[in-house]
Amino acid sequence: MKWWQIRKRSADLDRELRSDLELEEQEQRENGASVDEARYAALRAFGNPTLIREQTHAAWSSIWLENLLRDFRISVRTLLRSPGFSFIAVLVMALCIGAATSLFTVVRSVLLRPLPFRDPGSLVMVYEHFRDPAINAVEFNYNSVSPADFRDWRTKTHGFEDMAAWRYAHYNLTGEHGELPELVDARAGSWNLFPMLGVKAAIGRTFTESEDRPDGNVVMLTWNIFERRFGADPSIVGRQIHLDGKPFTVVGVLPKWFIYPDAGLQRIWVPYESGMSPELLNHHDYHFLRVVARLRPNVSLSTALSQVGAVQYQLHMQNLHAPVAEDVASKTLTQDLAKDVKKPLTILLCAVACMLLIGCLNVANLLVARSATRQKEITIRSALGAQRMTLIRGQLIESLLIAITGGVAGVLLSLAATKWLVTTWQNLPSALSVHTDGTVLAVACALIFAAALLSGLLPAISSTARGSVAALQASSRSGAGSQSRTTMRKSLLTIEIAATVVLLIGAGLLLKSFWQLRTTNIGCATTSVLTMGYSLPAEKYDTPAKVNAFNESLLDRVRTLPGVNAAGLGSVVPGAGALEDDIFTIPEHPPLTPGAPLNDAMYRLASPDYFSTLQIPLLSGRFFTRDDRDGRPKTVIINKRLARQFFPNENPIGKHLHVVPYGDADYQIVGVVDNTLYQVGQLPGPTMYFPVLSGNNMGFTLVVRAASNPLALSVPIQMQIAKLDPQLPVSDVLTIEQIIQQSLGNASLSASLVLAFAVLSLVLASVGLYGVLSYLATQRTAEIGVRIALGAQRRQVLRLMLGDGLRPALYGLVLGLAVSVAAVKLVESMLYQTRPFDPAIFAAVAATLLVVAAGACLIPAWRASRIDPMQALRTE
Amino acid sequence: MTRQTKQSANLLQGTLDMLVLRTLLYGPAHGHQIGKHIQRTTNEFLQMQHGSLYPALHRLEERGWVASKWETAPGGNREFKYYRLTEKGRKQLVVEESQWKQMAEAVARVMWPTPEES
Repeated sequence: MKWWQIRKRSADLDRELRSDLELEEQEQRENGASVDEARYAALRAFGNPTLIREQTHAAWSSIWLENLLRDFRISVRTLLRSPGFSFIAVLVMALCIGAATSLFTVVRSVLLRPLPFRDPGSLVMVYEHFRDPAINAVEFNYNSVSPADFRDWRTKTHGFEDMAAWRYAHYNLTGEHGELPELVDARAGSWNLFPMLGVKAAIGRTFTESEDRPDGNVVMLTWNIFERRFGADPSIVGRQIHLDGKPFTVVGVLPKWFIYPDAGLQRIWVPYESGMSPELLNHHDYHFLRVVARLRPNVSLSTALSQVGAVQYQLHMQNLHAPVAEDVASKTLTQDLAKDVKKPLTILLCAVACMLLIGCLNVANLLVARSATRQKEITIRSALGAQRMTLIRGQLIESLLIAITGGVAGVLLSLAATKWLVTTWQNLPSALSVHTDGTVLAVACALIFAAALLSGLLPAISSTARGSVAALQASSRSGAGSQSRTTMRKSLLTIEIAATVVLLIGAGLLLKSFWQLRTTNIGCATTSVLTMGYSLPAEKYDTPAKVNAFNESLLDRVRTLPGVNAAGLGSVVPGAGALEDDIFTIPEHPPLTPGAPLNDAMYRLASPDYFSTLQIPLLSGRFFTRDDRDGRPKTVIINKRLARQFFPNENPIGKHLHVVPYGDADYQIVGVVDNTLYQVGQLPGPTMYFPVLSGNNMGFTLVVRAASNPLALSVPIQMQIAKLDPQLPVSDVLTIEQIIQQSLGNASLSASLVLAFAVLSLVLASVGLYGVLSYLATQRTAEIGVRIALGAQRRQVLRLMLGDGLRPALYGLVLGLAVSVAAVKLVESMLYQTRPFDPAIFAAVAATLLVVAAGACLIPAWRASRIDPMQALRTE
Repeated sequence: MTRQTKQSANLLQGTLDMLVLRTLLYGPAHGHQIGKHIQRTTNEFLQMQHGSLYPALHRLEERGWVASKWETAPGGNREFKYYRLTEKGRKQLVVEESQWKQMAEAVARVMWPTPEES
């Protein structure tokens, strides 16, 4: 017999026993007994059929399953009998397990799963490393690599099997058949990058060595752009597309799963040297490359790295007047990709674990409360010979049922939550590969069983712990009973509240930090300014005069649009990032000693109206005029930070900055403007502004201050651009406010998620508190009745009950605050202008908790104080 | 108290298995027949309710020592579940029989010692 035939087997046994009994009965009748006598005699000879049936069942090997099914049936019935309790418990479990599963899915894909490359463990990123601690503080310890450094590393060292490089780029992709032009994100990767990663093209091929040269004109498409822009037509391979007006031949399409270095959706790849001037390739001081290296099988990372470091030190000594780092540093590829998300993910994971713990404790608490009302049932069962294991098993199955139902709902919930999280989280590495798989489901199952054990075992053990006699005695007197269970509930509650406090404090700190970021004054107008990026293709705009002509006529046209208060042109607006920086010297100052840190400042372009449009105040000197063009005269405007740092006790106006890259010339300082933040959350950096009309053709950003709604201007402005050059796409049409919001998106996301977890935990804890106190109050009804009958004042009773409920809350609060002192270390590095021991946050959390706790206690306490002594004593 | 009952039950249980197997050596029989046969053969000495046979029968079947089949009783129209000894059961009977013999001899040697040994 197989286990699924239990029913059939049982019926078979019944039939067998019945036929035996009937035969016996018949024999008795044949011996002359009357019908009734025969039946009794047969039963005497046969024995108790029910008992025999049970004993026979016990002989079957499927007995354990039968017991399990029976317990299961009983549990389902018990749970259905109190649907309110079951619903809340399942809901709590679903939320907790769902959130935990979602977060684990993301963490696994982003932090734990090996990258989908050949032997990903031996892939590292190599960066230039400046030893100056002041520079290290602003993340220059992992500095991008310059092209000449990369070339020397690759040719002069042998510790790595190979080294490859990629850099950022973008192109104007113009339509072959009249499609709209668009600005596409691009990466330029050295020809050996794809073979090194072990990535083969899905269609066509990757680059060859001979194609990787400055006039290289081949391109690879990522799958998404291949699908969207080119209709997933494989015949695109071998055809030409136009990038910045130049023809490029499509040689291949990358596989759909390939999302290195990030999940940028629409992207093309060109060879690394493509579009770079041979002169640029010889620079040791332009840092814009990311270098990926593969370790040789028998060479350790430190050996390989020290070889590269030695080469780099030589380069540094040969270029003391240029920013060439002294050393190199490495990260694994996974670390490199996860650098911005590891911390927030860890914090979220801790928060969600905390919440799961609270959820389990809450369900445990509810179960303890229920087991109190079922004490008599349990006592009678154990008095009738039920073994303790059987009773514990019964209760565990109940919590398992809750956990499984909640868990299944939670996993379904997490499917949606994960999708939401991945789309909401900006720049999440390997975002496309985040999905629920076997491992995630296995972890979810493990979570479910852990939750069931945690929430079921404690109440089960405590409710079955006592000897039956003691239990019967206790349950006959409601006043004295269940001391141990009350203690158990109170300690569960204390832990629950402590965990809530930790969560609340973490959330409070993150929220305050986010608020500080959000309300930072960036130093310019934010809400009324629309920005719009474009870059003029060098083929078409090949002289400074053409560039200036376009820019000036665009500004003239935009200024006359209705609703435009002011318009200016720059390169990078405040809040949009650090981007380009350069070194400079001050001819009026004594030369720097060789080896000393070099002067460095951010490099910006500005039109005459740029500062007034953004409302950046002029501190001294003047703004640019239309005559500051084409480098005659060579003028520069600096910000306050640069003036303070490099001209501490002198007037910078009239002094000069000598800048090498853009003309190797002295630029006269004509003005000082106030600081702006290049990124919210960072200190203002030294900045130099050059006239936009110098003919430099880098990326431009149009800034327009609107009279009313700035976004309403975007279409009219784009129409003006299209009139000037229909082939020119624009990008990033955003207000400065939106730029800031985007840069804070992830900070806001993690702060609000942790807050959501914390609030949910607070609700759970207060429900727990309410439940415990209501239970205590019902238990003490008789006692309170006696007290009131003996003359206790209602107020005294209220105080008594409140004290009873608030004590665990207080203990939990103190415990939680103590744990928080250690836990804030985790969030410390994520805080901006917020101290980890912010007294306001700690006080606010304590106050919130006490108020909520008091609220939760008040209702049962008040109810207890209203007890009618006569009725209370009568129910005894 | 409990412990003692349990021990004697175990003893009886083992014996009962052997008695059932031995009874089935005569040919297939249903529970009632087996019970009656054991009672009659022991001259009603074993005051056994034949219901208590069924746990033993099912246990023997689980172990594969007997096999069962619903069959119509000869000369009647009623169906009974007939148990029949399997090859494995036959071997088991030999084992149990020899064990019982050894046990009985050992007990006998203690209870009624032969003169030369005492």
